[in-house]
Amino acid sequence: MTYFPEEVVEHIFDFLGSHRDRNAVSTVCKAWYGVERLSRRSVFVGNCYAVRPERVVARFPGVRSLSVKGKPHFADFNLVPDDWGGFALPWIEAFARGGLGLEELRLKRMVVSDESLELLARSFPSFKVLVLISCEGFSTDGLAAIATHCRVLRELDLQENEVEDCGPRWLSCFPDSCTSLVSLNFACLKGEVNAAALERLVARCPNIRTLRLNRAVSVDSLSKILARAPHLVDLGTGSFTIDHHAEAYHRLINNFTKCKSLKSLSGFWDASPRCLPAVYPICGNLTGLNLSYAPAIQGADLIKLIRLCLKLQRLWVLDCIGDKGLAVVASTCKELQELRVFPSDVCGVGTAAVTEEGLVAISSGCPKLNSLLYFCHQMTNAALVTVAKNCPHFTRFRLCILDPGKPDPVTNQPLDEGFGAIVQSCKDLRRLSLSGLLTDQVFLYIGMYAECLEMLSIAFAGDSDKGMVYVLNGCKNLRKLEIRDSPFGDAALLEDVGKYETMRSLWMSSCYVTLKGCKTLAAKMPRLNVEVINERDESDEMEENPSDLRRVEKMYVYRTVAGPRNDAPDFVWML
Amino acid sequence: MEGGGSYGSDLDNLKATELRLGLPGTDEPKKLPSMLPRSSKWAILEATKRSSSEIKSVEKDQKPAAKAQIVGWPPIRSYRKNSYQAMKMEAETTGMYVKVSMDGAPYLRKIDLKVYKGYKELREALEDMFKCFSLGEISRMDESNVYEYAITYEDKDGDWMLVGDVPWEMFLSSCKRMRIMKGSEAKGLGSIP
Repeated sequence: MTYFPEEVVEHIFDFLGSHRDRNAVSTVCKAWYGVERLSRRSVFVGNCYAVRPERVVARFPGVRSLSVKGKPHFADFNLVPDDWGGFALPWIEAFARGGLGLEELRLKRMVVSDESLELLARSFPSFKVLVLISCEGFSTDGLAAIATHCRVLRELDLQENEVEDCGPRWLSCFPDSCTSLVSLNFACLKGEVNAAALERLVARCPNIRTLRLNRAVSVDSLSKILARAPHLVDLGTGSFTIDHHAEAYHRLINNFTKCKSLKSLSGFWDASPRCLPAVYPICGNLTGLNLSYAPAIQGADLIKLIRLCLKLQRLWVLDCIGDKGLAVVASTCKELQELRVFPSDVCGVGTAAVTEEGLVAISSGCPKLNSLLYFCHQMTNAALVTVAKNCPHFTRFRLCILDPGKPDPVTNQPLDEGFGAIVQSCKDLRRLSLSGLLTDQVFLYIGMYAECLEMLSIAFAGDSDKGMVYVLNGCKNLRKLEIRDSPFGDAALLEDVGKYETMRSLWMSSCYVTLKGCKTLAAKMPRLNVEVINERDESDEMEENPSDLRRVEKMYVYRTVAGPRNDAPDFVWML
Repeated sequence: MEGGGSYGSDLDNLKATELRLGLPGTDEPKKLPSMLPRSSKWAILEATKRSSSEIKSVEKDQKPAAKAQIVGWPPIRSYRKNSYQAMKMEAETTGMYVKVSMDGAPYLRKIDLKVYKGYKELREALEDMFKCFSLGEISRMDESNVYEYAITYEDKDGDWMLVGDVPWEMFLSSCKRMRIMKGSEAKGLGSIP
């Protein structure tokens, strides 16, 4: 291939869609490395501390789209202290200084300040897409900067961020000349919104297809918006409370009926069951439905709604749907691919949560199911074996039995066999979360069968170091391993230190790993960052030189070419 | 071997001072294959790993405590957890206000159903509230031993139901508004509110 002119090679590389493929061709030879790096348009950084931003800028001067992930996954569950790190500013600064023509930025679990948003908005005149997922550190003032300065903004997508509310003015900062919006999601904002400004914005953006409103948007406003934007494909409804006798309600139904393209619905924050009939006209077209923030919709109302959703592919609900409700889903939604059932404390008295029965029903009714997140009160081995047989196409299987370490209630056995059946049957399984009572045996199965597994989450499971070793030895494609409250110690950690360079990261908290083990690992593997996170433990005295034999509370290990990071707070020890 | 009694009581004392996991006053838990170390973190897990038959008796008290102590469990994103908590708090603090109309009264009233513990209290409160209209007592029966007024409510499906048939909690979750119906219209609804 060396006698092909560079333009031809570059053209061939254009057909390589995935990051992995592009990464692979860049290692073939110097010439290819050169062509690849100059023609690369999109970079994905799975761990913001794995590489320095300046290095990315230097290597890929033509990059237009950047995705970066920050905190470890368990930060979602408050296991990582607030100031741990994951700052967006260094990335934005590096790209600005490098003079790159950044157009798209996607950040997950990072700390994004208003200052960084301001810098972002001002530095890249062609900036089009901003997606922030589970981020924090910014306020609506930062959004105002984006709205003001990003003249060709196409997407502003805020998913489940903690955003400080500084008032509704940000929305009015979109200039009258801004007509390019295709996607606007501000559902996670807690504050008030200027309804008139919102309606005008929607009216002047003819290409808008995704619109997710926050709780403050009234049904009246929603009605007007639907009237202006009947081509919407994805809608987050806002509060959705309305007196169902009122004229506004009838207007709403009419406007919904006009939305022939609507495929995805979410929101329903304060929806009462009486309002649901407004969406009946479009239910038959829905492929996505998220009712997981609507605790008031339960029982018969919920079932009535679901019976109309014949084309549903993605469903997110609360567990007050009950096993009976899931049976209805199973008989109605034959195209279902993704199901998430979240636990709810807010459901009223007497509502059934879900058990293994609901899951079995789903598995037999929905053979296309490939992605599951299921919070339940109990699970049996028999049920899991059945599910494994019915649905061999799982790529993501996350089961959370709410009582940690709970056995199969029928046989009193651990759930090893059940999960074993899942990994054996689902050859394409990439992500797995375990729960319930589990011994080392389940890890033996995982090591043996889960060949494609990339991410494994373990909590309150296993008996000994052997469990962790089975996984490290067996899962060739493992990228992320996160473990909490399980009896794995130094022997397991140090069994195969080279393995961690083939993975993105390892998290262990409340396990048996000691400081000595961490230090040993750090010494053996200079290209890993070994972080020990110590929050002040009230029972211990503050020690200057803690004993190496003391167990570490939290440890985070990741491969990196950037060396130890310089922004670590006091409570994080870089070994 | 002398003083077998005292020897026996020594053993008893020893048992009393024995350190073991599990709630005080319960039998020693069955040892499952996994031997967990003795540290406070594992006490919760050990307790929840006991066989289900033993769990049943202590679970009711123990479960909320165990759940409260485990950080980051269940694994739900903080954003979602905070949303649920906010919703729950709202539901608890805002009260459950429903309109109450009485046939013949010039205006309606609103009451917070959450304030009452049961049907008796509710009836008494309504009596109190509407006696100013001099329309007669809600609890008064006429000649044929039928109540003059019937307390009814509109449920989630829009039907008018007689108050008192279902358990109080179920009533709370399905009542949208109430109407105190005059006897002549209420005859069909039965006699015991």
